Amino acid sequence: MSDLAGRTPAHSSREMRRYPWQIRDSGQLLLVVAAGVWMVAAVAQTAAKGLQDPRIAIAFGALIAFGEVLRLNLPGDRETAPIGFAGALAYALLINVGTQFVQHSAEQVVTVATIGMIIGALPHLAVGRPARLSGMAARLLCVACVAYIFRPLAGNSAVERHWGLAVTLMTALTVLALLLEAVLTALLRVDEQRARFRVALVDEMRVQLPLGAAVGASALLIAFAAEVMGLAALAVFTAPLLVTQVAFRRYAGIRATYLQTVRALAKVTEIGGYVEAGHSERVSRLAVAIGRELGIHEPQLLELEYAALMHDIGQLSLHDPIPGGATVLVSRQDQQRIAELGADVIRQAQVLGSVAEIVRRQNEPYRDTGHAANGRAGLAEPYQGSRPPLSSRIIKAANAFDDLVGSSLDPGRAAAAVQRLRLDTASEYDPATVEALSRVVTRRSVML
Amino acid sequence: MGKLSRVALLYIGAVVVSAVVLVARGPFAGLRWQYVVFLGILVIVSESRATQLRQGQLTWSSSSAAMLASVVLVGPVGAAIVGACTALGLRRGPSLLQRVFNTSMYALSAYLAGRVFLACGGHVGLPSEKSFPGIIAPFAAAAVIHVAANHGLLSGVLWLTRPRDRMSSGSPGAQGPGVGLSARLLLTDIGYAAYGLLMAALWSVVGFFAPLLVLIPLFVARWAVAQFVEQQKAYEATVGALCQAVETKDFYTRGHSDRVSRGSVMIAREVGMRGERVEAIRYAGMLHDVGKLGVPTKVLQKTGKLTEEEYAAIQLHPMRGLDIVREIGFLDEALAGIMHHHERIDGRGYPMGLAGDEIPEFARVLAVADAFDSMTSTRSYRGARPVAEAIEELRKWSGTQFDPAFVDAFVAALKREGWQRPEPPVLATDDLATVTAQDHDDPGAPLRVIDSL
Repeated sequence: MSDLAGRTPAHSSREMRRYPWQIRDSGQLLLVVAAGVWMVAAVAQTAAKGLQDPRIAIAFGALIAFGEVLRLNLPGDRETAPIGFAGALAYALLINVGTQFVQHSAEQVVTVATIGMIIGALPHLAVGRPARLSGMAARLLCVACVAYIFRPLAGNSAVERHWGLAVTLMTALTVLALLLEAVLTALLRVDEQRARFRVALVDEMRVQLPLGAAVGASALLIAFAAEVMGLAALAVFTAPLLVTQVAFRRYAGIRATYLQTVRALAKVTEIGGYVEAGHSERVSRLAVAIGRELGIHEPQLLELEYAALMHDIGQLSLHDPIPGGATVLVSRQDQQRIAELGADVIRQAQVLGSVAEIVRRQNEPYRDTGHAANGRAGLAEPYQGSRPPLSSRIIKAANAFDDLVGSSLDPGRAAAAVQRLRLDTASEYDPATVEALSRVVTRRSVML
Repeated sequence: MGKLSRVALLYIGAVVVSAVVLVARGPFAGLRWQYVVFLGILVIVSESRATQLRQGQLTWSSSSAAMLASVVLVGPVGAAIVGACTALGLRRGPSLLQRVFNTSMYALSAYLAGRVFLACGGHVGLPSEKSFPGIIAPFAAAAVIHVAANHGLLSGVLWLTRPRDRMSSGSPGAQGPGVGLSARLLLTDIGYAAYGLLMAALWSVVGFFAPLLVLIPLFVARWAVAQFVEQQKAYEATVGALCQAVETKDFYTRGHSDRVSRGSVMIAREVGMRGERVEAIRYAGMLHDVGKLGVPTKVLQKTGKLTEEEYAAIQLHPMRGLDIVREIGFLDEALAGIMHHHERIDGRGYPMGLAGDEIPEFARVLAVADAFDSMTSTRSYRGARPVAEAIEELRKWSGTQFDPAFVDAFVAALKREGWQRPEPPVLATDDLATVTAQDHDDPGAPLRVIDSL
């Protein structure tokens, strides 16, 4: 019996969860330190002055802590705490509770938010989930900005008298806070994943927009409604946000399961001995890194990841495995047949049309030189209309690289493989993709 | 919408006439038209984003919040007009008659709610701080009446049109035509209705901005639910396609996973498993044989007796399957089912040789459905066996190979629901497909292994 591959446990080396004390990225560090300093200063000042309206402060602090306990992971490994964030923003924007005029300072807002967040983070630490300091710091900074702008104005009689002005101002500040959060998170992702800032920001906004709208609206509702119904407003307007959060949690859950399942089932080619162990996983990781390097947006990045994971699924339909599974070594016709068969499989799912298309065209050369058959004399004139999609070109390069290097970590071998691909950029491989691959590979070998 | 019985037409006519008469009686004096128009627009927007329930027979929208707000702000007649705005909902689907009925039904429910609100001592107009908590009781009565009238009128028409056609209507639904109201939808509706009061209360603070703010979180929640449903559908389709890919090589076993999945679900439902467990067993059925890919093709194709080594390779497939699907987080109980689906009650199965209750429940269910589908499908060495014969065979091995409880459950479910047997395979001439010479799932033809003794 042939030695069946695929017994190695899947290396879960994709973006390992880091513990708070393992912050390596400078941006993250800067953010956490900034928030920390601000926090300490605010707490000290509040401690010196004493707490204004302690009942209200405790109510909001409890809401923020509750929100932190119910953190939510959105697709793409984004941690948010919608209820906590809404509660903190509402506390910053509060003017009246019932008939009572509230006049807590901006420092007090930061203090209450900090304490609430820390208390809310405790249960997470207790069950061994690391606290993500950077996310908390980003939320805290946004709340602090709103508080420092709005608190001095809250006592202003002009704001008191003109509700229109107050409403406009509060709405504008809420929008500002949400935008600031998106910018900060995008910056963190640029730092962490080497994404481009503009791409990261657009992706961030796209993911955060619906939930952000709900958070902003709830914060404003709590702030306004507190005047009519007192502290009951906190409970009343947290309810719809809670429903929203449950819905998002289920959505994020199914998204995560989806990815896990495709990852798992892509491994059938390995267990069947069609490809080398870990091949699909490595190709997909490399392809995603190249895609990020080339500025692909997140939805397309997900399609690329699916396509890369399943790029060899067509081999299941072959009678016998290709020796060693390395498709880079078989004839073009065979490669094309595998790609077509794989695309057929994926097309069965009906929902992954573009993924099927990426898989189908994964072997097409970047430029069809026509082999000088029609008198082009090898002058590589690209057929603009028929150039394969970027994702297919990325998979082609990543697949070839992995077929040449495999699981080896030897930088010399990697460099030689890159060099070989580079020599083929006249026709086979997309030069920009190969350069991006080269950057990714270099970075990886530096990190080792 | 087809021909309706005279009673149904009379019913619809009565609803329409009473709605028109009540609204036409007025009074229109003192009606704040700017509120009516604004709330009407909200209703139209809510209605245009309505959710389909059960294959388009019914739809549900969040318009009740705006309608209840109008009960407080503009009184019964105004509320009826706001309710009638559903007619303008930009939604394809309902026929003219359905639209007319929906409009009248909403107008009527809103009007009734408004009357109840006044009768219980509520005051029409912007609520102030002093209105609380006095306003809560009349409002609650109005909300209950609104939801009850809406569901009641709708159930009536569903019941009357039941035999021929079903009315697609604008509001929450019954379990089946005329069967009764779905408690969850009723509660959701009352919850949304409660936001009508909040909308009205906030109106005194921030004016027209209030309804928008209240509706944003509700809309976002609905959007997220819709996204979830869409992803789930996509997920199922993808798992199905990938499982098919795994078995595509073998003409004889095509569709096997799908049918085992169906059979297991029938058993699970029959013994009254909870909804989530039925879902889990559905996936377990689909994925139970993915490990077969780890068995070399030449072993699967072998016609003669298997060597010990080859038999061991086959016995390993549940473990290989587990290796593949282990990382899929939600599967949990399904994983145990996949790993142990070849165990036997008498302890002579593989891979662990568990016996009786030691075998996970899912595995015992899968084993029955697995063997049954194998027997009723065509194999290279025999034709498909009739369902009755396969049931006989199951009974014969009940207690030794299979759990009797699940065999009985399956037989009962088969009697009621029947079984769609696979089409005999068409043997193509291409070289892609291979043929299983011995089916490891077939209890009637056990694998032949060379005796080592």
